Amino acid sequence: MNLIKYLVVGFVFGVVLTKTEAVSWYRIYEMFQFDSFHMYGIIMTAIATGVVGIQIIKRFNVKDINGLPIAILGKERGTFRYWIGGLIFGLGWALVGSCPGPIFILIGAGFVSVGFVLFGALFGTFIYGYFKDKLPH
Amino acid sequence: MDFLSQTWHWSISGFLIGMVMLCLIYFGKTFGMSTNLRSLCSLTGIGKRVSFFNWDWKSQRWNLVVVLGAMMGGYFATHFLSSATNVSINPGTILKLQKLGIDAPNGKLIPDAIFGLDVFHSLKKIFLLVFGGFLIGFGSRYAGGCTSGHAISGLSNFQLPSLKAVVGFFIGGLIMVNFIFPLIF
Repeated sequence: MNLIKYLVVGFVFGVVLTKTEAVSWYRIYEMFQFDSFHMYGIIMTAIATGVVGIQIIKRFNVKDINGLPIAILGKERGTFRYWIGGLIFGLGWALVGSCPGPIFILIGAGFVSVGFVLFGALFGTFIYGYFKDKLPH
Repeated sequence: MDFLSQTWHWSISGFLIGMVMLCLIYFGKTFGMSTNLRSLCSLTGIGKRVSFFNWDWKSQRWNLVVVLGAMMGGYFATHFLSSATNVSINPGTILKLQKLGIDAPNGKLIPDAIFGLDVFHSLKKIFLLVFGGFLIGFGSRYAGGCTSGHAISGLSNFQLPSLKAVVGFFIGGLIMVNFIFPLIF
């Protein structure tokens, strides 16, 4: 099955984020208090691994699983949306201690009250979509 | 197998998260979790009324499978790989939490003061969770990505927009824990 590999990658992602406690509200709070290197270490190691991998892909023109060239799209240019959107995201991230991945992981782990966070996140996504053209980007 | 139930060291997990992103790139996809929120909105058929949700979300079905796997991973890790010594955060942080009236972890991933089952009896607690989620959903779509899409995928590819977004994430987070937490807890 073609989709099985995504299930496996997702499973690994869920286990890793849980076992390194990146899904923990406490770890996010500790990070924003600068009381531990733990979360910074995770993020920086992930980026360093990504940088090396992407450089290898680019230098050696690595093909993807279907034999097609790998094109990694750049982000759209802009300023306002990134600063303000990022700031709003950060307020929420610190308040409920989870970003989109961990919201799903925690619900999978059985924390039912995180369902309220998911509901809010879907509602927030909807409101953005509804007002998108009226917002400065 | 005891080491698997301890808190995984940041270097191991950071490496594995980087590999997850590279795997998805190798599969011809991109690593970004918040896109799934948009897909889930589109799944309701709202795209007929709001054009932002009228897009080829079916091409993102693989990403929903990643989410399903992540949920299973979360279940597996909490039910079979947890230990009472988990979430041993800085004792200084626990003191700060005490002042806010938030319980210490003692092996738990999330505090009862915010996520305990008594939320179902407290409109204030429900509001906080929904509002926090709202900020995450709105903010990540406005910024065009979250921690996975900007901090990991974007910064790995030296994207300036992602750097702006990540700085924004941290400014927002610092405002929340330093200035807003004392008001709400």
